[in-house]
Amino acid sequence: MTMKATTAVASEAALELRGIEKRFGAVHANRDVNLKIPAGSISGIIGENGAGKSTAMNIVYGLYQPDAGQILVDGRPVQHANPRAAIANRIGMVHQHFMLVDRFTVLENVVLGMEQGALLKPGLDAARAALLALERDYGLKVNPDAIAGDLPVGQRQRVEILKVLIRGARILILDEPTAVLTPQETEQLFRVLAALKAKGCTVILITHKLREIMAATDLVFVMRGGEVVAERRTADTTREELAELMVGRKVRLDLDKIPAKPGAAALSAEHLSLTGADGVTLLDDINFALHAGEIVGIAGVSGNGQSELLEVLSGIRPPGAGLVTLAWRRITPQHPLGAGAMRKLGLSHVPEDRHRFAMCGPFSAAETSVLGRVRDRPFARSGLIDYGAIADHCMKLMDRYDVRPRRPERVAMHFSGGNQQKLVIGRETAAIPKVLLIGQPTRGVDIGAIEFIHRQLLKLRDAGCAILLVSAELEEVMALSDRILVMSSGRIVGEVAAAEADEKSLGLLMANVRQGEAA
Amino acid sequence: MRAKLPRWADLVLIPLANVALAFVAAGLVVLAIGADPFAAVKAMLAGALGDSEAIGYTLYYATNYIFTGLAVAIAFHAGLFNIGGEGQASLGGLGAGLAALALDHTGLGLIVLPAAILSAALFGAAWAAVPAALQAWRGSHIVITTIMFNFLASALMVYLMVNVLIGPDNMSPESRDFGAAASLPLISDWLNAIGIPVLQSPLNLSLLLAAAACVGVWVLVWHTPFGQELRMMGFNPAAAVYAGANPRRITMIAMALSGALAGMVGVNEILGVHHRLLLDFAEGYGFGGIAVALMGRNHPVGIVLAALLFGVLQQGGTELSFAMPQITREMVIAIQGLVILFSGALTNMSRPWFEWPFARFVARAPESLP
Amino acid sequence: MSEVFAAIIPVLAGTVRVAAPLILCAMGGLFSERSGVIDVGLEGKMLAAAFAAAAAAAITGSAWAGLSAGIAIACLMATLHGLATITYHGNQVVSGVAINILAQGLTMVFATAWYHMGGQTPPLDSAARFLPLALPGLLGQSLLVYVALAAVAVTYGVVGHTRFGLRLRAAGEAPEALDAAGISVAWTRYRALLVCGVFTGIAGAYLSLAQNAGFSRDMSAGQGYIALAALIFGKWRPGGAFAACLLFGFLDAVAIRLQGVSLAGVAVPVQLIQALPYILTVILLAGFIGRAVAPRAIGQPFEKEH
Repeated sequence: MTMKATTAVASEAALELRGIEKRFGAVHANRDVNLKIPAGSISGIIGENGAGKSTAMNIVYGLYQPDAGQILVDGRPVQHANPRAAIANRIGMVHQHFMLVDRFTVLENVVLGMEQGALLKPGLDAARAALLALERDYGLKVNPDAIAGDLPVGQRQRVEILKVLIRGARILILDEPTAVLTPQETEQLFRVLAALKAKGCTVILITHKLREIMAATDLVFVMRGGEVVAERRTADTTREELAELMVGRKVRLDLDKIPAKPGAAALSAEHLSLTGADGVTLLDDINFALHAGEIVGIAGVSGNGQSELLEVLSGIRPPGAGLVTLAWRRITPQHPLGAGAMRKLGLSHVPEDRHRFAMCGPFSAAETSVLGRVRDRPFARSGLIDYGAIADHCMKLMDRYDVRPRRPERVAMHFSGGNQQKLVIGRETAAIPKVLLIGQPTRGVDIGAIEFIHRQLLKLRDAGCAILLVSAELEEVMALSDRILVMSSGRIVGEVAAAEADEKSLGLLMANVRQGEAA
Repeated sequence: MRAKLPRWADLVLIPLANVALAFVAAGLVVLAIGADPFAAVKAMLAGALGDSEAIGYTLYYATNYIFTGLAVAIAFHAGLFNIGGEGQASLGGLGAGLAALALDHTGLGLIVLPAAILSAALFGAAWAAVPAALQAWRGSHIVITTIMFNFLASALMVYLMVNVLIGPDNMSPESRDFGAAASLPLISDWLNAIGIPVLQSPLNLSLLLAAAACVGVWVLVWHTPFGQELRMMGFNPAAAVYAGANPRRITMIAMALSGALAGMVGVNEILGVHHRLLLDFAEGYGFGGIAVALMGRNHPVGIVLAALLFGVLQQGGTELSFAMPQITREMVIAIQGLVILFSGALTNMSRPWFEWPFARFVARAPESLP
Repeated sequence: MSEVFAAIIPVLAGTVRVAAPLILCAMGGLFSERSGVIDVGLEGKMLAAAFAAAAAAAITGSAWAGLSAGIAIACLMATLHGLATITYHGNQVVSGVAINILAQGLTMVFATAWYHMGGQTPPLDSAARFLPLALPGLLGQSLLVYVALAAVAVTYGVVGHTRFGLRLRAAGEAPEALDAAGISVAWTRYRALLVCGVFTGIAGAYLSLAQNAGFSRDMSAGQGYIALAALIFGKWRPGGAFAACLLFGFLDAVAIRLQGVSLAGVAVPVQLIQALPYILTVILLAGFIGRAVAPRAIGQPFEKEH
């Protein structure tokens, strides 16, 4: 069959959503969503965080029930009360956060849920044979007896895909699959997707990365505010157009940046190393110097030591070996300094995972706005906390950083992601730090707030702050940084001036030590 | 985040509902053994509040529950479940008793009593500090270790009382009586002295200590920077570290304070009532403290109210077992268990019953998420 | 030489007798904890089952009726634990503590109300008990002891080599993965708790029907907690927990013999020997257990994110 014939015949949509509605309380997550995914295509669903794309696909997969609307698979209306029903209809979903049991082997993970009998052994043997067949058909190779938790991320994703294929999926939904992959691994994934398409599978890619949509898909659907606002053939559109459709207005993808004027070294590391509890090397001989008035970006796929580096530099963890110098204070394994002391020396830290570190359960926005600084005047006087002063401070922060709603007494967790992040960034920068460590500044933040945060960081830099930026978004690192360090497997494997950096070379650096794990 | 109920409903209605459920269940048990629950309640209330002697006893019991309730609560705020109140209370009594035995020859209450109170606090704190250290430095689960330490405390007390501290010519494992200086003044004596006629009861100065402890805990937990770090440890230890707190330090201090508070039971019992060292004076207060803390939502106001309830239960229960012999003292233990069950484990069971009327009848502002 | 031998046999026999309820509770706890639910309530279930078994055996004169009643009550309490922790997402430790206190109180309330003997049930005659089987030497143990040993084998087989066991382990390690595979985490955990109920029920029946001739106040004497410690010491594995139970049983059996003995001229206090299991447990928890890895999802109620 020729290509033209295929497209002409493929009027039968593999998956169709008609008028899907879904509310979570007051949030209208899906509004009259209509999607028609043609069979044998690779379609992308793109939109900002909170646009409703994951919700819609979770409904297809049976994880949620729609309030109204219809789902049709191959033209037949279906109802998916749970994932089992979806799987029975040949739909498989690979989630952003892998659903693997780390302590099980790959085989046990694959077999979970379809063990074929009360005793395990026959099911395991059958699965082993099936995996071999899949390796033959799609080139997806994995060691069935490896412990899932020991596998590198790209392989773990492969196990997830195999889980889906072994259950006979013909429609695969992948939710933000490349968030944890290097550019090279992403290429490998796209090759796998192409192989799937060649075998007649339908692939749906949920992502917010414009680059991937352009590279891998045939069709793209744009979602915004819970509805599908546009449908384009990928070949007929551009990144700019898609960005505009995602946000609803013209979006600047570049920032106006004046060249940096770096001053004295504010924070430095020499031969910094760290070993984890189980003997795994987390940081390996890190050396760098961060100067006032510059932004140094650390590029690298998450999980290569960036988080640990921030934890050590901020004082949350003591260094394992080596030296960190902050404001002429030497921090060594023998003389570590806690996060509170680092803060007193002028270091501020916006953690990568704000829910894990920077915010606390039921604390109000006011209490959150002084987290870590509650002993400073005027928040505490003669040992007692002054809640009035704290509320004032919070209000000032909210005004300056446009945090909405302006209610300091409201529980911080109830604010939207973007406002939470603005509150945390506001708190950390309000103290006019000499050094700012900031990780994933725009994770979970909508585009409008992203622009705002980026401009704030540049303002800080121009005022003389030394900023260390960790981000998994290469675009963000390249746009903001003056210098880029690439980390891989706990080491700094390269340094590039921002003006000379490009995705390809950075990607190669990021994959540096991992060449042994080829396709 | 389930924010479907306004905060006051969360803090007051739900706990009240849970307690009500516990009592309904207790009533069913009473029915099951062939007694009349309503007669039982009447007998209890009469026995607990009928005259000034009864009220005195009720308050005296409540004092102990306030101490152990505060002890459990302060540890809970730091994310630690201190089940060792029983053992810490025993050790606190030991501390008070040892100080009394050593110093009562001076005849000076102003020397003996403060020393004994301090000693009780230190002993209780020390008994809690070991499990705390094991948790902080070795990661040993504090629930298991504190349970073990309860058994160890019991064995230690028996050994000491039988072999070391037994008073001369005593048949039962008790020490000699303390001198008059080692006695806490009775509240009934004070009230009678200023012209308010009340019958005598064991209620003593410890009540005022308990009140002071409530204020102290309230200020510490909610109005000091250390208290904020403490609460952060309970909600999110990683955030506490980020904010500059030292988790080990907080664990040790929280548990030490907890043990010291539990040790105050020893002050009430040994210095206030028995005036000699003996065994089993702390029985039931440790676990009762857990119930009190849960019912009181770990807040001093709630704890006082819950402790009063348990005081009524205990005094009323004793009188009840005279009035209605089929109901034994263990019924009080069963009720405590039911309260812990409904207030601490089945906490969310009653929630939907309130969410429905609130959703239907109370207008809510829409969640504003921009 | 024959003296030493003569001394060892009773110790071994004593070990097995004491260890039997520990083994049953530990295996029961293993099912519960491997599925992700902390079970501090082993003690309470065992105590309640002991009472129910003794009462039923006293009424019917049949040991098997007693055993069934014990299992039924323990399963009932296990279901209560499940209701609190699985359905209502309650604190698992608090629920276990509540069950222990409830059992402590209710057994006495009903025992005194029904039998008026200060908390004891009427003494049972041989027909209503699981007396040791008529087998030579060490093998002459109660039937329930053999059930305990079988429980270890059953636990090993089921948890490691069956579909139920795989899903149970997934519930304890990564419930979100089990949920994504379309299996109900709640139902899996409930079933694990029920198995725990069965085992602790047998343990309770052993106490009042085999080891003793009836129920008496607080007769479980903390063995449920020791079983929990043995489970943790055994790193949540059947073989390890079994060995730990034997060790603790051995200590207890030896303790009885050591009473009144002097070591190097100093009289060993009775209380020290009685406290040995607890001291040992604390030492073990402090030193050797430090790195044992609990099931990853244990202690957290599973709430579907959706």
